Amino acid sequence: MAQITEPVMSAGPRHSSTQQRRAPRLRAGGAGGQSKGGPLAYLFLIVATLVSLFPLYWTVVAASRTDTELVTPPTPLLPGSHLIDNLKIVWDQVDMTKALINSTIVAGCVALSTVLFSTLAGFAFAKLKFRGRNALLTIVVATMTIPPQLTVIPLYQIITNVGWVGHLQSVILPSLVAAFGVFFMRQFLSEALPIELIEAARVDGAHSLRIIWSVVFPVARPAMAVLGMLVFVQSWNDFFWPFIALSQQNPTVQVALAGVGSGNHQIDHAVVVCAALVATLPLLLVFAVLGRQIVSGITAGAVKS
Amino acid sequence: MATSVRATSDGSPPPSGAVPRPPGRRGTPASPSGWRSRLYRLDTKASPYAYIAPFFLCFAAFGLFPLIYTGWLSLNEVQLGGHAKWVGFHNYTSLWDNEFFWKALRNTFTLGVISTVPQLLMALGLAHLLNYQLRARGFFRVAVLAPYATSIAAASLVFVQLFNPDYGMINQLLGHLGIGHVQWASSKWPAQIAISTIVTWRWTGYNALIYLAAMQAVPADLYEAAALDGASRWRQFINVTIPSIRPTIFFTIIVSTIGATQLFGEPLIYGGGVGVTGGTDHQYQTLSLYMYDKGWQVGELGQASAVAWVMLLILLLIGAVQLLFIRSNRRKLGG
Repeated sequence: MAQITEPVMSAGPRHSSTQQRRAPRLRAGGAGGQSKGGPLAYLFLIVATLVSLFPLYWTVVAASRTDTELVTPPTPLLPGSHLIDNLKIVWDQVDMTKALINSTIVAGCVALSTVLFSTLAGFAFAKLKFRGRNALLTIVVATMTIPPQLTVIPLYQIITNVGWVGHLQSVILPSLVAAFGVFFMRQFLSEALPIELIEAARVDGAHSLRIIWSVVFPVARPAMAVLGMLVFVQSWNDFFWPFIALSQQNPTVQVALAGVGSGNHQIDHAVVVCAALVATLPLLLVFAVLGRQIVSGITAGAVKS
Repeated sequence: MATSVRATSDGSPPPSGAVPRPPGRRGTPASPSGWRSRLYRLDTKASPYAYIAPFFLCFAAFGLFPLIYTGWLSLNEVQLGGHAKWVGFHNYTSLWDNEFFWKALRNTFTLGVISTVPQLLMALGLAHLLNYQLRARGFFRVAVLAPYATSIAAASLVFVQLFNPDYGMINQLLGHLGIGHVQWASSKWPAQIAISTIVTWRWTGYNALIYLAAMQAVPADLYEAAALDGASRWRQFINVTIPSIRPTIFFTIIVSTIGATQLFGEPLIYGGGVGVTGGTDHQYQTLSLYMYDKGWQVGELGQASAVAWVMLLILLLIGAVQLLFIRSNRRKLGG
């Protein structure tokens, strides 16, 4: 890498004016990101990709093998033929259909409401002037640091008192809106939404809900989609509070997985991994289709933080 | 809006004989338009608060109130479903005398360090590589993010198999390298390394993408200037890239520290049947697990609340140290 651009750099100042002008641009790419990756870069990235993907691949391998095959070294590296059998056992042990539906309901509700409320709050923090705006935004960011461990005990008492233990609303309600989402939308809207658009709508006599509907939402749509996906993934994978609030009778996928992994004395390892595969597959499919958008969403949210 | 407009037309007597004007229509003369502008002002004044209200209501109900209530519970003796009895700081002093609490505290610290430090360093390197112009750049980015799509539970269940001391693939690999049978579950450090591997595997790609985004925002002329000064690639990375993305690095350090302090699902599921106690000898029980153990296995919510508040104090302490560090770092560089 370094050798390729070095000559350009050292030669730059001595060359004619046109080349001088071109040279810095090449240099700018040098370490700034525009330059080509050398073989070493590819080597490391391929290793990183293998490390990232191998456990996922092996999940498929183990999910299609028998328990005996898994516990006898050498560990199999190619998929076997027992996937359907294992799936049947998973469905016998836990109501995976119900768990998948529950997870979809929870993650869907949480994603929808988080996106809606975060867009409203993010818009207010990004574009509207009001007393205490900066202080309130600081509070929003500060709440991100509060771990769920500090709230679960009273929440558990509350849901016990109102009889919500084991019901989905006990998991949905506390996560209707997230500080992360508010911050994410604020970062996006403060750059993407020109203040002139809002002023023009005001001049036209639009009241504030109308501005939200016909100005803010259209501009925010791409960010809303990304935030929705991120929140969906997070909510789908959420473990701590659902594990406490829900039971094996009415679980989300993650809670069901924890039940498959422990509990029984005679654990069939292939079945356990098969359950993990069932839980992961929906999100992996989403990633396969929308991976690039999710990547750009994460990077877009981070740039300005 | 509609209701208050109607209120005016109710309050003022309707002009006799004239057809009552439908309220709220555009371009109506003086009096309604006065109301209109007042409403407009009210609208612009109040709507911001209406927009942020859902967040703050939700936070008050499910964040702030439980947080304070946990603090109050920590000063009481209270069982699941029972009434609270004031015991002052007894829960805290009994924690102080409990060896498992200290173990959990130490485990949380060591697990936190070995799961965040290598993770963030690798993420930094990975981001640097991803920042090159590459073939299949999009593929690499999605690939390193794929572990983020797996859940704690699923990832832990799979890694339990890979790390199994008797038949796991990792011991087989190590065996080929001449390293004997590592007890990934029963000995303390191997178990903690295994658990932090799960954390690192899931989060490295995500953090790499965050660093990558910050790196892409570094102005190119900084690199030009460094290159003119004859700085090598490595020097550019150390002296230009790292300082430029410092805020992002601090951000990820803070976020991962918070995450590490609450480590729960990975050790729980990694331990299987003995997960709640963090292994047979509490060798990887974290504060979070200890709190769950106290609250939901033993049923002492007061003591569990005390553990939760200790976690809060630790987080505040770490936050203060990090803040001081950031401040001094900034001053050094600013000077």
